[in-house]
Amino acid sequence: MAERERRLTRPGGRVFVARAQVMDADEVARALRRIAHEIIERNHGLDDVVVVGLQTGGVPLAERLVRVLTDIEGVTVPLGSLDVAFYRDDIGLRPVLPEEVTNIPLDLMGKTVVLVDDVLFTGRTVRAALDAMADHGRARAVQLAVMVDRGHRELPIRPDYVGKNLPTRRDELVDVTADGVEIGELADERTAR
Amino acid sequence: MPEVLIRGGTIVDEQGERRGDVLVSGVGIVAVDSTIDAPAGAAVVDAGGCIVAPGLVDLHTHLREPGAEVAETVETGCRAASLGGYTAVVAMPNTEPAIDNPSIARDVLELGRNALAQVAVAAAITVGRQGVHLTPMAELAALGIHLFTDDGAGVQDASLMRQALEYAGDLGIVLAQHCQDDSLAAGGHMHEGAWSSRLGIAGQPALAEESMLARDLALVRLTRSPMHFLHLSTAGSVELVRRAKAEGLPVTAEVTPHHLSLTHAEVASYDSAFKVNPPLREEADVEALRVGLEQGVIDAVATDHAPHAPEKKQVPFDEAPPGMLGLETALAVVSSAMSGRLGWVDIFAACSWRPARIGRLDPASGGRQGGPVAPGAAANLVVFDPTAEWSVDPSRLASRSRNTPYAGRQLTGKVRHTLLEGEPVVIDGEAQR
Amino acid sequence: MNDRHLLSIADLGREGIEDVMRTADSFREVAGRSIPRVPALRGKTVATLFFEASTRTRLSFETAAKRLSADVMSFAASSSSLEKGESLRDTVETIDAMGVDAMVVRHRSSGVPAQVTAWTSACVINAGDGQHEHPTQALLDCYTIREALAQRRGTEDSQNGADFAGLRIGIVGDVKHSRVARSNVLAFSALGAEVVLVAPRTLMPPSLDGWPVKATADLDSVIPDLDVVYLLRIQAERAGQVLLPNLDEYHERYGLTRERSNRLAAGALVMHPGPMIRGVEIAPEVADLPSSLVTRQVRNGVFIRSAVLFHLLGAADSGEAIDA
Repeated sequence: MAERERRLTRPGGRVFVARAQVMDADEVARALRRIAHEIIERNHGLDDVVVVGLQTGGVPLAERLVRVLTDIEGVTVPLGSLDVAFYRDDIGLRPVLPEEVTNIPLDLMGKTVVLVDDVLFTGRTVRAALDAMADHGRARAVQLAVMVDRGHRELPIRPDYVGKNLPTRRDELVDVTADGVEIGELADERTAR
Repeated sequence: MPEVLIRGGTIVDEQGERRGDVLVSGVGIVAVDSTIDAPAGAAVVDAGGCIVAPGLVDLHTHLREPGAEVAETVETGCRAASLGGYTAVVAMPNTEPAIDNPSIARDVLELGRNALAQVAVAAAITVGRQGVHLTPMAELAALGIHLFTDDGAGVQDASLMRQALEYAGDLGIVLAQHCQDDSLAAGGHMHEGAWSSRLGIAGQPALAEESMLARDLALVRLTRSPMHFLHLSTAGSVELVRRAKAEGLPVTAEVTPHHLSLTHAEVASYDSAFKVNPPLREEADVEALRVGLEQGVIDAVATDHAPHAPEKKQVPFDEAPPGMLGLETALAVVSSAMSGRLGWVDIFAACSWRPARIGRLDPASGGRQGGPVAPGAAANLVVFDPTAEWSVDPSRLASRSRNTPYAGRQLTGKVRHTLLEGEPVVIDGEAQR
Repeated sequence: MNDRHLLSIADLGREGIEDVMRTADSFREVAGRSIPRVPALRGKTVATLFFEASTRTRLSFETAAKRLSADVMSFAASSSSLEKGESLRDTVETIDAMGVDAMVVRHRSSGVPAQVTAWTSACVINAGDGQHEHPTQALLDCYTIREALAQRRGTEDSQNGADFAGLRIGIVGDVKHSRVARSNVLAFSALGAEVVLVAPRTLMPPSLDGWPVKATADLDSVIPDLDVVYLLRIQAERAGQVLLPNLDEYHERYGLTRERSNRLAAGALVMHPGPMIRGVEIAPEVADLPSSLVTRQVRNGVFIRSAVLFHLLGAADSGEAIDA
């Protein structure tokens, strides 16, 4: 599947080389639909539910999730996006700038927030997101939805809704797009070509 | 003092360039030959691959004593001089107090008696270098002082300068001018041009130098008194002196190693080591100065060695005093800057016998500097290795100050030995006392 | 930003300027919260070294640092280190020894922030040095123009308004002595604007070699073509020097009078680094016109300075490999 081998530029001139597709577009769509049903079931509807996507991979998933939720229940669910660049625990160790401006359209006081991210790995981004959210009001509850849980947690964080549990090696990379989910690794640009 | 045999070098003096050994006994040269066997007990110094030439003469050295001994003393300044191959320096009079009367002049000459280079003195033109009253030039001349200057400042008042020239003409002495019209230069901390504009530093225009030079050349034409121009720095100045000499005016001029090698672009770092007066100029000026030296429009190289204590330089650029060290790096800088334009004879002419003549330190004037490398001449000699590579480490300089503009730079050419009146004061690049 | 310091707009280039503006957008969002503060620089210390008094700029930097949860140390000194008998180096090394991560330096002498980098391991930010540069002022000016352009295009979202191509900006007044002008020339032209300097020859830099600008002494000839008129502050002490006969004549030739403001293109922006002298740089009756922009410049100054601090202290690359 050479033509599907996408290369994403990474720092240090290294590129992502996909080795295998683990979910196709239909499977991602089905997983989203299942997660939507689980959210509705767990929260007895969508009253006071707010969906917040994490920059950058979680934002398009959150947008899709909100559309699915609206389809199912016929109500509009508030949608936000969160950039955690100012809340990371590795500030000063890695060059990370905000990708987009955080947009939380309402006070989260008393709301049930469903945080959405593409891949759950060490848990550090979610930890930063919990801190960031606290600055937007005291939510009644926070739940976590991810498309892929690839393991290797470094913090006591677990997802509430998972598209797929995917065992990985630490040095592998998981890439989630609308076309599906791929697993691969970083390679030198030279050897990748 | 034991005899010293300088073996295996290439001799360079006014007579030209040739292979030869030099035998020194006492304060003089006793033999020069293609090969000389070392007499019993003689110290042999190796000059293989080196040039053996008359010691260098610096017309423009700030020894800072009295007044600023924290920056330099006669002793440390002369040690730096000897490491740079100089066997004579002319101490500038802008000390504190200024060298404007016989008693201070005598003090400085006395301090130089035992130094590692011969110390001559230039005295001030005006009392306290204030540009108002003339100094007792006749009394000062009686001490053997030949050059008079208010260096650090130019004599602003044209009428006063005219009278000084007329008075000096009668005494057979030479006035030396730091050409700088203060009304044009006022407030300038670097050359006025593209860099000063970009860096937001007030500049002094080339015109500040050239207008005073033009005025003084007119005064020389009027008075017929000889004059020497210090550290010329602009293409326009070279042109003015060229025309004056063609006209037959009795003038001489000097240029510094830094004006032959560095431009105002250095100031982009805001490193106050590059603050100097006159300021570093443009590429075209550097080129014109090199051509001027090549063609003999400019007679001599002079260092304007100007030590400043580190704390005086570690301040904002516009608050720092102007001036840079020069003695220990001069010959390497000049020979690199002039390589391909001047042969060794001309380089040593500019650094040794021509300045000796301007300062009346040469044998014809009864002095012992810049003389030939020949039996009967004074043993003031430098042995220079033209291919030695070295990196300038400010902390290893003999000067008390550290304000070299060449810090960390790679230079080609290093003084290996220096003999002062027959005494090996520098051996293998180390001062012997 | 590829360097550890911000000494000149030239350290940033177009990409760097755009990066800072994008991060500033995030700080604009933070400012709108009930608690306008993020923990990004917790444990870092930012020292402001103001050898020249400027309450506005110092407060702006200190507010910016506090919004990032940094600790702030404030040092004010007489402008002449020589007066105190202490060298600039001694002062800087003393503060460095207290353990600071960034030094924000303002000095009446050009080049002091550059000199300071040699004497500290901290990041150095130029908060205005002599007649050299004032890079954060230029960044906030660009940010303010970008915001105004976005509004003119009718989008609240200013993210894509960083392209100044086709924009004609006139910088009017004492360019020669202005650090704001030097930084703005570099910033405006880096973003693609056409810059014209307007000043009498006595207030123009002696050489404009390498400056990406046009220059004229005649304000009236260019005023209808300008999209932005940037008025520089004229220091009263310049008048009466040989540079300028008097302030009235300056106002007559280079002030934004009512007649000139009537000849401005519709929607043209009038900007000033402040504080403004009414009756000199701008006529009293037109002085209200840009006031909203001036307030916005002040507010944007905090966002921009937070962004600069975050870029230098928070987004540095330590070179250590860390798992994402």
